[in-house]
Amino acid sequence: MAVIRDTMAEFDLFQPASIDDALALKRRYGKTSWALAGGLDSLDWFKDRIKRPEVVIDLSAVESMRGIRETDDADGVEIGAMTTLTEVAEHAGILSRFGLLADAASKVATPQIRNQGTIGGNVTQDTRCWYYRGGWPCYRAGGNICYADTPTAINREHALFESNRCVAVNPSDTAPALVALDAKFVIMGGGGEKVVDAEDYFITPAKDITRMTILEPGELLTSIRIPGTWAGARFYFEKVRDRQAWDFPLVNIASAMKVSGNTIEDIRLVVNAVGPRPLRLTDVERQLKGQSVTEEVGQAAGELALLGARPLQHNAYKIPLMRNLVKRAIRGTGARA
Amino acid sequence: MADQLEMLEETDKSLSRRKFIKGVIAGGAATYSAGYLFRTGTVRAQSGAAGSVERLITLNVNGQERRVDVMKQETLATTLRYKLGLTGTKMGCDRAECGSCTVLLDGTTHYSCSVLTHSVRGRAVTTIEGLADADGTLHPVQQAVVDGAGFQCAFCAPGFIMSMVAMVDANQSPTRAEAAQALSGNLCRCCDYNKILDCAMSAADYTRGV
Ligand SMILES: Cc1cc2nc3c(=O)[nH]c(=O)nc-3n(C[C@H](O)[C@H](O)[C@H](O)COP(=O)(O)OP(=O)(O)OC[C@H]3O[C@@H](n4cnc5c(N)ncnc54)[C@H](O)[C@@H]3O)c2cc1C
Ligand code: SF4
Ligand code: FES
Ligand code: FES
Repeated sequence: MAVIRDTMAEFDLFQPASIDDALALKRRYGKTSWALAGGLDSLDWFKDRIKRPEVVIDLSAVESMRGIRETDDADGVEIGAMTTLTEVAEHAGILSRFGLLADAASKVATPQIRNQGTIGGNVTQDTRCWYYRGGWPCYRAGGNICYADTPTAINREHALFESNRCVAVNPSDTAPALVALDAKFVIMGGGGEKVVDAEDYFITPAKDITRMTILEPGELLTSIRIPGTWAGARFYFEKVRDRQAWDFPLVNIASAMKVSGNTIEDIRLVVNAVGPRPLRLTDVERQLKGQSVTEEVGQAAGELALLGARPLQHNAYKIPLMRNLVKRAIRGTGARA
Repeated sequence: MADQLEMLEETDKSLSRRKFIKGVIAGGAATYSAGYLFRTGTVRAQSGAAGSVERLITLNVNGQERRVDVMKQETLATTLRYKLGLTGTKMGCDRAECGSCTVLLDGTTHYSCSVLTHSVRGRAVTTIEGLADADGTLHPVQQAVVDGAGFQCAFCAPGFIMSMVAMVDANQSPTRAEAAQALSGNLCRCCDYNKILDCAMSAADYTRGV
């Protein structure tokens, strides 16, 4: 992949200073334009000349999309989409109330990438399927074949769930944490502002095979609001990857649990890198309510979580991996590890 | 004393040779970039739209204001190396996957191969060339690396050193694990990470003055 070419193909560049100006540019240039945040996903596409927008709208000058503020909702926070992952990982309020997100953000890639990459870009980033990123004309690129799901395909990183022609996964580390925290994503577009549940921001190929999120070409994700609902809950984040730096998750898990005594009162459990969107384990959550936090319950939850998993040639290892992560999320690793 | 004088002369000569080469490169780049200037291709001409970008910009690099003609799609690593002659910043992968291009933007580490130059206007860029004092006194991190002979081929060294500088600015007493974390975005293909970590630890010592 890392073929060094002279420069990126030419594009026109705009650096609007406000959300309104950025939206006006998006409206004017529509599908030929590309919103640029930290650029860590975007520039790869441009360098490889696989995506060639005519107009790039760099959001780095939009001050109102940066920073973390407290919200009126008790204990809640609002994070501007252009806030860097480092800022998210180190923010005192996020560390104390939503440590799950700080943990997830701190496990993304490398310090340099976290200093540059944004939370908005991290949740909006495209899949890492290398056939697609290598420029193969697959379903997701508008073609009519999936190169990752053939008898000879290399698909160790691909999906277990919710595949539909395309077997690529959502690679984000922060996305499952935000779904677990019941975050709300604020989207601005021609029709003004709309707010969607984190869970509904991400889509499957059944809905649109060429996109990972509900964002329309004329829209921007402007901020992410985390309500106080899960502040200070019992959190668990774990990411399994080949190298402890740089690498995307093979599987990651984020959970938020309210426990009284040893009984699970409420829980949200989300796994990523096993399907085209962060997979919320709603059935498992339902079964877990009222159960106690034990090894056996964790084990049973792990079994239940994998119902319906459909492995490809090279990714069946993700089944025991995910089963164990679910178990660990429930019973913890502290005392028993 | 005589030895030292000789060494100084040596350094002087090699310096001027390097300056000469840099001059040639910069001259070459100017003609090269002129080729891009007039090749407008499919891009539409835009006048006066909010946020439209001029090519001639001023960058703050190593404490100096530098006027430079920058293509819209140009990365900071390209501008530093091929327009400003600051070839201390290395390019390995050009894909945010190796760390050799690491520079500081307002004091934090970034991969200059993966940042558009236009987006760093108004930010302070520091490269390996900006670390030593004007009189040639090395930055404590550089001194620690020299004393510890931290690198083999040293292609990765400028990137690692920039990460070490950011590390000691943030934390002058890192544990070895914290130092490893701070350097986790840099790869070395000669692979003596232990030695590099030793240097990072003594860089912190030097910075504290012990
Ligand atoms: C080598 C490498 C390793 C990585 N490892 C990991 C990892 O382990 N875990 C992980 O989670 N991520 C990883 N990443 C991804 C990285 O963390 C970035 O978060 C991600 O690339 C995108 O963030 P960005 O701010 O750079 O956005 P960009 O690359 O600029 O944007 C990404 C996409 O989102 C769109 N977009 C961005 N912001 C907005 C917005 N506000 N509104 C509308 N659209 C928007 C852009 O148009 C683009 O399509 C890695 C990236 C690299 C290059
Ligand atoms: S998994 Fe999806 S992105 Fe990858 S080749 Fe198949 S259709 Fe394309
Ligand atoms: S050249 Fe920038 S990270 Fe490798
Ligand atoms: S010393 Fe050779 S690459 Fe690091």
